[in-house]
Amino acid sequence: MTFKQMFTSSIGKKLVMGLTGLFLISFLIVHVSINACIFADLFNPDENGEMFNKAAHFMGSTVLIRILEVGLMAGIVLHIVQGYMLEMLNRKARAVGYDKPMGNVGSKWYSRSMGLLGTLLLLFFILHFSHFWVPARFTHQGLDIPVTYNGVDMHDMFGLMKVTFSQLWVVIAYIIGCISLFWHLMHGFQSAFRTVGVSNNRYLSLLNNIGIGFSLIVSVLFALMPIAMYLEWIG
Amino acid sequence: MLNSKIPAGPLDSKWKNYKNTCKLVNPANKRSLEIIVVGTGLAGASAAASLGELGYKVKTFCFQDSPRRAHSIAAQGGINAAKNYQNDGDSVYRLFYDTIKGGDYRAREGNVHRLAEVSANIIDQCVAQGVPFAREYGGLLSNRSFGGTQVQRTFYAAGQTGQQLLIGAYQALERQIALGNVTQYSRHEMLDIVMIDGKARGIIARNLVTGELERHFGHAVLLCTGGYGNVFYLSTNAMGSNVTAAWKAHKKGALFANPCFTQIHPTCIPVSGDHQSKLTLMSESLRNDGRIWVPKKQGDTRKPNEIPEEERDYYLERRYPAFGNLVPRDVASRAAKERCDAGYGVGTSKQAVYLDYAAAIQRYGKIEAGKRGINADAETITKLGKEVVKEKYGNLFDMYEKITGENPYEVPMRIYPAVHYTMGGLWVDYELMTNIPGLYSLGEANFSDHGANRLGASALMQGLADGYFVIPYTIGNYLADEIRTKSIPTDHPAFAETESKVRDRIHMLMNIKGTKTVESFHKRLGKIMWDKCGMARNAEGLKQAIKEIQQLKNEFWSDVRIPGEINEMNPELDKANRVADFIELGELMCIDALNREESCGGHFREEHQTEEGEALRHDDKYMYVAAWEMKADHEWQLHKEDLNYEVVKPSQRSYK
Amino acid sequence: MEHKNINVKLKVWRQKNSNDKGTFETYDAKNISQEMSFLEMFDVLNEELIAEGKDPIAFDHDCREGICGMCSMYINGRPHGPWEANTTCQLHMRAFNDGDTIVVEPWRANSFPVIKDLMVDRSAFDRIIQAGGYISVNTGNAVDANALPVDKAKADAAFAAAACIGCGACVAACKNSSAMLFVSAKVAHLNQLPQGEPEKNTRVLNMIAQMDKEGFGACTNTGACEAVCPKEISLTNIARLNADYAVASLTATK
Repeated sequence: MTFKQMFTSSIGKKLVMGLTGLFLISFLIVHVSINACIFADLFNPDENGEMFNKAAHFMGSTVLIRILEVGLMAGIVLHIVQGYMLEMLNRKARAVGYDKPMGNVGSKWYSRSMGLLGTLLLLFFILHFSHFWVPARFTHQGLDIPVTYNGVDMHDMFGLMKVTFSQLWVVIAYIIGCISLFWHLMHGFQSAFRTVGVSNNRYLSLLNNIGIGFSLIVSVLFALMPIAMYLEWIG
Repeated sequence: MLNSKIPAGPLDSKWKNYKNTCKLVNPANKRSLEIIVVGTGLAGASAAASLGELGYKVKTFCFQDSPRRAHSIAAQGGINAAKNYQNDGDSVYRLFYDTIKGGDYRAREGNVHRLAEVSANIIDQCVAQGVPFAREYGGLLSNRSFGGTQVQRTFYAAGQTGQQLLIGAYQALERQIALGNVTQYSRHEMLDIVMIDGKARGIIARNLVTGELERHFGHAVLLCTGGYGNVFYLSTNAMGSNVTAAWKAHKKGALFANPCFTQIHPTCIPVSGDHQSKLTLMSESLRNDGRIWVPKKQGDTRKPNEIPEEERDYYLERRYPAFGNLVPRDVASRAAKERCDAGYGVGTSKQAVYLDYAAAIQRYGKIEAGKRGINADAETITKLGKEVVKEKYGNLFDMYEKITGENPYEVPMRIYPAVHYTMGGLWVDYELMTNIPGLYSLGEANFSDHGANRLGASALMQGLADGYFVIPYTIGNYLADEIRTKSIPTDHPAFAETESKVRDRIHMLMNIKGTKTVESFHKRLGKIMWDKCGMARNAEGLKQAIKEIQQLKNEFWSDVRIPGEINEMNPELDKANRVADFIELGELMCIDALNREESCGGHFREEHQTEEGEALRHDDKYMYVAAWEMKADHEWQLHKEDLNYEVVKPSQRSYK
Repeated sequence: MEHKNINVKLKVWRQKNSNDKGTFETYDAKNISQEMSFLEMFDVLNEELIAEGKDPIAFDHDCREGICGMCSMYINGRPHGPWEANTTCQLHMRAFNDGDTIVVEPWRANSFPVIKDLMVDRSAFDRIIQAGGYISVNTGNAVDANALPVDKAKADAAFAAAACIGCGACVAACKNSSAMLFVSAKVAHLNQLPQGEPEKNTRVLNMIAQMDKEGFGACTNTGACEAVCPKEISLTNIARLNADYAVASLTATK
């Protein structure tokens, strides 16, 4: 058993998917929490994204987080590459298919469609990165006018969101992205725990319920952001 | 004269003495000795695994796609062992005595005592292999009583004991395959024994996928191919269970012993129509709580629930007040047949009796209500009772409902006896060797341990005893003299000749190109056997059956239609090969039944019964093993092996 | 019990041998008693085919009481047909209505090549067992059976897993043709017992390596296997296998 085999056997590959998946889930918690700061505007109309911009600035300017960001990117890439390899391997295992497919007997459509949902998410990520991550880190496009709080200059990420989410097609694309995320998590959350070996039935059913709640809350919160901006509930 | 080679000395030290004095083969020599094992059920798999562990070069053959499918897997109830874990007075002697008595004094004392001795080792071995026997809360093994014994000596794994034991033996076998000691040939059927200089030296097997004939050499050949109950067409055996391997050995000179001893199991699901392909057994444990009855009126067409209590005949309780519904299998089966033949049968076929749980449901319901301290109404009692019954017998009730579409919690189950096990088989001596040197027979395929009737939970015990603990010793005694015999190349003329005979027979079968299917012949054979050589037999019927079978044989060989080709997967050809052998066996069974002018165990001759209709043995004339030698077509010679009871004194069984 | 006869149309996969391409053929099964088992209906059909001089349909079967694991048809989009916790041999024609069309296919997986018609080669399962699905104890080495008490809960769980009949329905149902339920059942049977403890790690590593070598897919926890398993082997066994595998691979010294 070499270290390589540990990650290239069928269970090893799954382990990579599960571990990176859990890592990405933990990132989602951070991401959705910080972004949810935009909703501070609902309670205080003078906010104008101050809390959110400060939080984004903190994330962007803390060394440790920047290092973790590299890990995050590696995690995403690993999850995607391994995911596609697994999908290919699994499809190859049955050269001749059934005339009458099983359909939903015993399994959910989204459990069987992780590859498709993942691909939709990948497309969404490309769009999403080009909207925010690339400008924030590299091009600064749309971020030329900084905001200043307590004498510190920061990117006006809130402003960038407002501009981005003023376009209807972007909002629709993001909603589709969030829906994909929801179904991807519906399977991925509980499956990841099974894959890393949680086999106690009590915990499994608990995790199953937490998974449903998590998928719903995260996806709805994310989806509400473009909607709220487009409909000018905030900003 | 047949020499059973029972070692001298007192009964309880025969096996010990044998083991101390039998010849051994040194490890280096074992590596160059080859053994062929045909059949991979409990006997075959355990033998192949154990012999592989010893260092012999072993080849196994089975017609199924994996050794794990062998029909040992279907045994439900359990396995007996004289462990006395329950402190209820069990001992090797008692297990030995019960087996001899249960066999109606037609088994060898020496063999049966050895079986009882090694029974305890079987449980140890199986537990070590990880067989998940039922356990108590303290973590120790659980036992139950089975088949009306007075001690609790049966070990079990829910209703799947056979499966778990077979998987244990199968895993041990696969381990030896992984270690290179055993080679496995699945989807292969043995079609003949190769004899060289009077010894069994190999087999001709057909690869069932390609249809090719293969030659395999072995210094010894073990036939562990199970019983021949399928001669009746309908039985609880698997569809593929067959007599072919044993029959080929018989045609090569091996004696076939007590072929007429057939066990009919009383609690099976009745036949539902002409399409029926096999019968399903329901565990005997159902008789512990169920009550068996038929209407008192002949031809009563009312639904069972509409028949009032006083118009029901609980005939087992009436005839056998002491044992009631728990009389031994042969007695219960015959009583059911007697009622149905007299016109009291139920169901559409009228070939069934009721097994009723209504009383048990009420009884358990009341106990349960008492336990919970509630003053329950009738409805609640019924509900609680059903829950208890479900817990105890739920899986059996579910199975019944799947097959019949009736809900046994609401209406009484219909049951009828069915062929279940064959006590007869190839004659073997104490070493499990047939009269052909180098040819052995283990498990249900041999005749040795159950006499005229087998006790519940003893088949698994015998299969594993033969494979794990007997053959590893006794085969050494033979092979020790074979170490100078080099592996014989399979281009030896004996192999070529045997193969060409097998090939000719297959071609002959294929070239008949008649009009009737193999299945239709098998059904007709089954009907003759069931009607005339089934639960009750008489001289006239048997003579007629012999004639009918001879006619059937002629018809088969002139009018059978086998589709397809020889050199391909051809299940119809496989079946034709087997049915041809069953037809010949059927004739011998009738001859044996005709010869045995007495009733004992599973063999009931109507001419030989007491005034009350119970079986009547004639120990003075028939206390022998009838071992038949085939002389020519339709011609057999009887060899007798006298049974000497040194320890047990035979008595007439009574269950009144 | 009402006896009813029905007519059904069968669309059955026919394939002469492993090299043949294979195709569907349609047959009318007329006047079929609903008391028949599904395989008895095939028996009747085969008898008719033989009488017409045609090649009967080859299918695997043996015990016909739901325990040997030999029968293997994929019936109307489901291994072993529409009934829960059931094998093909125990499926009865009551499950169908007059005029139904029933599509019957072999197990589909590269690791289970078709031998003929509805028969497939499942010897890959034997080889997986050979890789480590046993406890290494030679005959005669055993201690007294009660010398080693086993926690009843664990013994029961081991038994529930050991109920697997090795039919391959899990592979047939899995969109990835994964054999994980089969492997996990064997691992859960042996690894949970104290007797199986010494070989726990090597067992799981070797069995998974063999499963991969045979070309089965990887498990993605969809649950289809569990739903069609005739013996209701739990998906939880797979999670347990994952844990055992992780421990075994992390602690392996070579």
